[in-house]
Amino acid sequence: MIEILSVTGPASVQDLGRFDQYRFGVGTSGAMDDVALRAGNILLGNDENSAGIEIPMLPFKLRFGRDMAFALTGADVEAEIAGRVIPPWWRSHARTGDILTVKAMPRGARSYLTFGGGIDVPMVLGSRSTQFRSEFGGWHGRPLQAGDILPCTASTATIGELGVEPAEITLVRPNATPDETVVRVVIAGEYDGFAATTQALFWSSSWKITPQSNRYGYRLQGPAVKPEVPIEKRSHGIVPGVIQIPPNGQPIIQMRDAQTSGGYPKIATVIRADLWRVGQARLGGKLRFEQTAYTDALAAEAEMSAYLDRLRTNVRLVEETRTCRSS
Amino acid sequence: MTAPDRPRISLLGTSALLFEAPGAFDLPHQRRIWSLAATASKWPGIREAIPGITNLMLTFATPPRELDALIAALNDGWDAAEGLTIGGREIRLPVTYGGEIGSSLQSVADHCGLSVDDVVSIHAAPLYTVFALGSHPGYCYLGGMDRRITMPRRQTPLQRSAGGSVSIGGSQTGVSASPGPSGWHAIGHTSWTFFDPSWPTPAALAPGDTIRFEIERVIR
Repeated sequence: MIEILSVTGPASVQDLGRFDQYRFGVGTSGAMDDVALRAGNILLGNDENSAGIEIPMLPFKLRFGRDMAFALTGADVEAEIAGRVIPPWWRSHARTGDILTVKAMPRGARSYLTFGGGIDVPMVLGSRSTQFRSEFGGWHGRPLQAGDILPCTASTATIGELGVEPAEITLVRPNATPDETVVRVVIAGEYDGFAATTQALFWSSSWKITPQSNRYGYRLQGPAVKPEVPIEKRSHGIVPGVIQIPPNGQPIIQMRDAQTSGGYPKIATVIRADLWRVGQARLGGKLRFEQTAYTDALAAEAEMSAYLDRLRTNVRLVEETRTCRSS
Repeated sequence: MTAPDRPRISLLGTSALLFEAPGAFDLPHQRRIWSLAATASKWPGIREAIPGITNLMLTFATPPRELDALIAALNDGWDAAEGLTIGGREIRLPVTYGGEIGSSLQSVADHCGLSVDDVVSIHAAPLYTVFALGSHPGYCYLGGMDRRITMPRRQTPLQRSAGGSVSIGGSQTGVSASPGPSGWHAIGHTSWTFFDPSWPTPAALAPGDTIRFEIERVIR
């Protein structure tokens, strides 16, 4: 088990998400950066859907109640345990009573802390992710608080320190800059309802990520992008990544805790292979959209899968080498 | 794909696809949507088929390599869809109209040029049909509201509306299943439970069920 000692902002228990409950009005929840959560679980030899802690604000501090492997992935963070510095995208071993402190996040927006065996909270409707609105899943359906003691599945694996290449390096986009995230999008149902000049403005603008951005949605600020005539849709299903244009012309990217349906016009949808980049884009930062075709979006997903396959292979090879040496 | 009498089909990235039926927001069209949902949910690669208001979202377990076959199947499916009549159950929901939670009752009356009592009796008169579930866990979109009590959605949504709020948004009405932001106008409340993740089926109501609001009390 692990004990939360201090927490800043809404840290929560998340796995990959709850994907087949839309018909009851239940959205996906799940890690905002699913690539980082998978990578942490791969490093630890866990099931990739094991639950970890998503940490959006620092400092964050916890104590290990027993010897346990853990990994830190996602945002670039400064962390230490028992006087040792832990690099990001790294797995390490904690001893009973060790205190892990995650102090600063020079880059990225969310850090993922995963544990050998995973956090052992009940599966609710097929997932361990926290559903904030209905207050179920995760740890009692709420953000973590100091004093919470989370059970972890016992893992007997003894593993040494190991790091992997961060997704943001391997999957870097050629035109991204340190303060501007570029994400690929497929145009959506109401794109043609915008004049060509407005469409051009949507693509060329560098959108500011406002402080009202969170797990529900990223609210952007920039030139007003409005359809030629107001569009009010009948309520229909939406998924994370959908970019809605409310009447004020300021786009909102729906994220993991978004409502499952809506009626605002949709100009485009962030592709699945790039949604984690939005999850790692910081408040106050900039975001730009790049149009992509459906088939290219599938190719981008294949590229992401290939990266994760390489991680799996590398981690397995390291384990096999260690086993050979010790036998 | 854009002809007015044909369905509109559009992509939601690589995760899902949206099918929008042509025609009115009424029960006959919605029954065809339920029918198409039942059919499409069995197609390979489809995770869920989720009815909306005269539309249908298909989420992908595996995104299809190419979309033409799926689009054709949806169009054919819509043309072939006979209305599915669901013999749902009827729920009677006692509602307290007005009061702190239903604080927009007076403004709806003012907007519609009606008395508070008129709004309440017009709202409580029809037998509403659950058209679809969505928005948040257990929330039901209802069809059948009298257009005389239509009121446009708020320009700026409220940060927090109480769970159990009975609200009007445009020409639709519904009851929120849990507290959360809302762009609708609350005219009353009920203490009924719409969702519990520990139930075998977590949502109390399903498309095709019907709701009759009962006037428990009116706070003027």
